Amino acid sequence: MKLRFHWAFLLVAALVPVVGLFVPAARSLGELLRPIFIMAILALGLNILTGFTGILNLGVAAFMALGAYAYAILTCDIYPFQFGFWPAVMLTVLVGLLAGLMLGLPTIRLRGDYLAIVTLGFGEIVQDSLKNMDVITKGTQGINPLPGPTFAGYMFRSETYAPWYYLFLGFLALVVLLNRNLQRSRVGRAWIAIREDELAASCMGVNPMKMKLLAFSLGAAQCSLAGALWASFLGSSGEPGNYDFQVSIIALCIVIVGGMGNIAGVLLGALVVVGCNSLVLETFTNFLKAHELISSTNVYTAPGNWKYMLFGLALILMMRFKPEGLLPSRQVKAELHPHEPPPS
Amino acid sequence: MTGWEVFLQQLIIGLSNGMIIALIALGYTMVYGIIELINFAHGDLFMLGCFAALTVVSLTGDLPVWLVLLLLLVLTPVFCGGLNWLVDRLAYRHLRDATKLAPLVSAIGVSFVFLNLGLFWGGLPLKVFGFGKAAAAPKDFPTLVSNANLLGNSNVEFTTKDLLVLVITVPLMVGLTLFVKQTRAGKAMRAVAQDRLAAQLMGIDANRVIGQTFLLGGGLAGVASVVAALYNNTIYFQMGYRAGMDAFTAAVLGGIGSLPGAVLGGLCIGLARALSDQYIATRWTNVMVFAILILVLVFRPSGLLGAKHREKV
Repeated sequence: MKLRFHWAFLLVAALVPVVGLFVPAARSLGELLRPIFIMAILALGLNILTGFTGILNLGVAAFMALGAYAYAILTCDIYPFQFGFWPAVMLTVLVGLLAGLMLGLPTIRLRGDYLAIVTLGFGEIVQDSLKNMDVITKGTQGINPLPGPTFAGYMFRSETYAPWYYLFLGFLALVVLLNRNLQRSRVGRAWIAIREDELAASCMGVNPMKMKLLAFSLGAAQCSLAGALWASFLGSSGEPGNYDFQVSIIALCIVIVGGMGNIAGVLLGALVVVGCNSLVLETFTNFLKAHELISSTNVYTAPGNWKYMLFGLALILMMRFKPEGLLPSRQVKAELHPHEPPPS
Repeated sequence: MTGWEVFLQQLIIGLSNGMIIALIALGYTMVYGIIELINFAHGDLFMLGCFAALTVVSLTGDLPVWLVLLLLLVLTPVFCGGLNWLVDRLAYRHLRDATKLAPLVSAIGVSFVFLNLGLFWGGLPLKVFGFGKAAAAPKDFPTLVSNANLLGNSNVEFTTKDLLVLVITVPLMVGLTLFVKQTRAGKAMRAVAQDRLAAQLMGIDANRVIGQTFLLGGGLAGVASVVAALYNNTIYFQMGYRAGMDAFTAAVLGGIGSLPGAVLGGLCIGLARALSDQYIATRWTNVMVFAILILVLVFRPSGLLGAKHREKV
């Protein structure tokens, strides 16, 4: 059997901390991989909507924010709940599921581009509301400190490295497995049928509204899982501004650059996009600053300031030249290039 | 100030801001009307227009005020219109036959590129622009039009700036309506908007007409930039997102694709913002606008003046 890219990715990722015991460089790589795992979970949530079902969602950061705040409220000792990590994460996923359902119910019948704008508006409303309802959410301070996760009596501390790494990798593997099984189930086939042709799908007995709602709530649940994990890692819900439109666009970039509707593509996309954002740009900026090659006042020479330009150009160029992404799913590729013979 | 005077004052502020929003909304609605694209980059085009206006003012600071205003009102719209046309030519034109979400994603990309250009523009190290060192910080736009109250000593202020907004925007909107209704080019635009294929069969160069629409919409955004910069006297590189969302909400509220609808929607959003600032709380105003947007889309997607018959939404 051919080894699929996503399993190979997870396998190699699992070996990074082991190599890190001997090679120090692998350790710093591993530390940079942790946010990539979180973003990959977020992007896989978006992939259910945009990749499988063909619904553009511009507000996934809102679900991530809801996840982070729900987790924070459930665990922080200034609130009465004070759950442990595992029940809190499960409840957070449930909160995400409900939030997706709540947003989806009234809006799901809207046409694609209108729906995209509604999700964008939802993202802004959530962000502003979290900022303004400071009685509950502590405004821009965020809710903190949060207790670390525990696993079989072991307490995660913020300065440790490998336990967090494997925790996130484990969740990512779980999400990948879940999404792969969903994709191959009746539900997944219905989603893809809706993406290809909603009318034809409904004639074949698929209920588009029900399936879209399911995609909405399952996608939202995964996004809030990403938020909960991130909050547990930070030890804080983070401030509302951390979950702005830019995060939603990074998630969209991951899905589009990697390959819409393909789990392996999304993993590759997370590696490329987040890697480019945090690894290449930041490391490059710090390197240049450390060697006094750039002045801190000149806005052009700091590579980090080219971030929007890079993301923007990535979206424009991908749409123009390679809309199926770097690692496309077979169906999407065949649809976008109808005249090429399929690979034998 | 009595309660009524406060209300009246907010009405004036709301109407002036509403006219500016309406000008931007016209650009959204024209482009949407003709190719069904939510031109996400339109707000950031407006932002770049403000920076262009500041550059023009910096370069022509010694000239008399009326000449500077004239130059602003010519150069900025030309810049914005040209840029909008160029983006359509380079990015969107190739996606005419792609899936519907492809141009939207592309427009989001353009918006990010514009945002970055705005940041860089604000950081220009040249002395003549006087932009200062911090690229991301808000820039002061010089007060070319005075803040004098035209109503004498009344508590309610109707300033020269408010008058300027009306004097520039109202004739422009009338002119635009006449252009679309009366001229040959306007007729071609309406034909392409109605049915592109049929229009092409009648000998209309659809791509050229779409390009003209982008040019015109961008030009309106350029005028809006000048007016907004003169009215608010401060610009910053992230202002485009907010302005764009307000204008898009206005276009949807009025009925996207409808020119009078965009103006009506702009006035409504301007008023809603001003009244919400006064009577609810400034920090909830943005939430209000988005709530209006979502409610309109969910309950009346054709908007206030939109066509009754439309594609199933």
